[in-house]
Amino acid sequence: MDDATSEAASGLRRKTVEIDSHAMNFGPQHPAAHGVLRLVLEMDGEMIARADPHIGLLHRGTEKLIEYKSYMQAVPYFDRLDYVSPMCEEQAFALAVEKLLGIEAPERGKWIRTLFAEITRILNHLLNITTYALDVGAITPSLWGFEEREKLLEFHEAVSGARLHANYYRPGGVSRDLPAGLEDKIADWAEHFPKFIDDLEELLTGSRIWKQRLVDIGVISPEDALAWGFSGPCLRASGIPWDLRRAQPYDMYHEVEFFVPVGRNGDCYDRYIVRIAEMRESVKIIRQCLAKMKPGPVKIRDHKFAPPPRAEMKHSMEALIHHFKLYTEGYHVPAGATYTVVETPKGEFGVYLVADGTNRPYRCKIRPTGFSHLQAIDVMSRRHMLADAVAIIGSLDIVFGEIDR
Amino acid sequence: MADEVREEAPSPLARLAGEVAALAGIAHVAVENGELVALAQRDALVPLMLTLRDDPRFSCEQLMDLCGVDWPERVERFDVVYNLLSVSLNHRIRVIITTDERALVPSVSAIWPAATWWEREAWDLFGILFSGQPDHRRILTDYGFDGHPLRKDFPLTGYVEVRYDEERKSVVYEPVALTQEFRSFDFVSPWEAITTLPGDEKAHAFRAEDAAAKRTE
Repeated sequence: MDDATSEAASGLRRKTVEIDSHAMNFGPQHPAAHGVLRLVLEMDGEMIARADPHIGLLHRGTEKLIEYKSYMQAVPYFDRLDYVSPMCEEQAFALAVEKLLGIEAPERGKWIRTLFAEITRILNHLLNITTYALDVGAITPSLWGFEEREKLLEFHEAVSGARLHANYYRPGGVSRDLPAGLEDKIADWAEHFPKFIDDLEELLTGSRIWKQRLVDIGVISPEDALAWGFSGPCLRASGIPWDLRRAQPYDMYHEVEFFVPVGRNGDCYDRYIVRIAEMRESVKIIRQCLAKMKPGPVKIRDHKFAPPPRAEMKHSMEALIHHFKLYTEGYHVPAGATYTVVETPKGEFGVYLVADGTNRPYRCKIRPTGFSHLQAIDVMSRRHMLADAVAIIGSLDIVFGEIDR
Repeated sequence: MADEVREEAPSPLARLAGEVAALAGIAHVAVENGELVALAQRDALVPLMLTLRDDPRFSCEQLMDLCGVDWPERVERFDVVYNLLSVSLNHRIRVIITTDERALVPSVSAIWPAATWWEREAWDLFGILFSGQPDHRRILTDYGFDGHPLRKDFPLTGYVEVRYDEERKSVVYEPVALTQEFRSFDFVSPWEAITTLPGDEKAHAFRAEDAAAKRTE
């Protein structure tokens, strides 16, 4: 229409242009929508003219709920945000509360958090890459990947009792020490896992179909990636070497050595390659964690913030009182605010925590990673085919638990 | 190791704080928990944000987060919090402005396109209005939702609940009916909470005067 009017204004021949556009609903019940994404696509023939994601179908009011819970009761909500990388989200909240309380986890606690953050990273990338392959038509990687994920989920289960919603990290450390023999099991797994990545790469990296679907699809320039608030693998795939584990290290990341893989083209294929390379780096970090970890306490000894051991409660009145107070009232966090971030597998996950001196957070804003990635889908999918939208959604690694909160 | 970092950190951060404080439209700058917090004036927001993005001393390429905070007892009840990140200089700046239910906050979506959804979210959850925002729809709550759920005066349980009605063959909205009343425990210790016991008003008045005198000192 615009063309027609401008042509008329400039005195050229007037012609009627027929635009064959129609709106299409993608989701919310579509396996490739990775959850409950309703994507309203305005199609120009087979091309996407505009993409308008409707989110919020999984909105559970987590931020509001946390305002009515004590600080310790708020931790499990973080598992349920990005349910594919639960422990990393807990870490952000634990670090935020620690910062406001002015406490610090003991060294072994920090090592365990670092170790399990990396295990979670591999878990997340395995799920993302393999289901992504499923979206674009390859079924084998998902069958292989889920078997490998199961081994890692057993480690989750061994430390926390739960496969997915761990509730393991706490302000002041972790809830309990690793069970005997787990370190050896993880070390053994870390020996064999790189072979699995090789196998996975053999299926995908060089595959002609995989490349035809991914290369040069959903390209985003480094400037655009920054402006749209990208982080994590999506930002690094565009060529910006930014990793919070390196730039603003937390827990024990300043003591481990790893590379930050960076892409060049910012397309779907680079995002895939960056994730594969990150898994290899994670294995390296896991090995270093296991090598450098020493026996010691895993949570802060101050029983105002961490529960006393069960055995002590049997004979010490004070320990019993501490336990009771901790699990009913919780601790009071001094007034203040912090924006604490961690590098979750998907990118920067932040917690803006406002405390007012009571035992409950006054405001707990959760900065989800996928929110800004999904927002950019409009610019990334413009003038792409419909099937490319699926490839782009998969490459952004979005999970609605955290986007909708 | 961590201690070393903490000792070195203040000097660049303090310098940055000084530079931010010198900008127009900044009311107050503080370093809180090692994080730079700048209180800004609402009207001067857009030029200030442009400076923070484009000036090589700050170069905050990214707006990582934008959110509201509700303080109902204040005249301007909302805080709007902008968390900026500079990837090239590796620092963060938090800019906070205040607003109320009616005042318009200038939108920063032209500066960082990422702000569009964050501002939609702030509108949806708090009812903060933005001027110059191209897309001012709700984002997280249901289609046709009424109210702004993260305001402190909005009840946790909400007002309506949905269910599928077999007879009408559709999803219906009904007022919330709780089988058990919502319980909110007040854990503020009575020794801290009850400052005026009956018959004790005089002593309390003295104490308040004392505290005020100390504050002025």
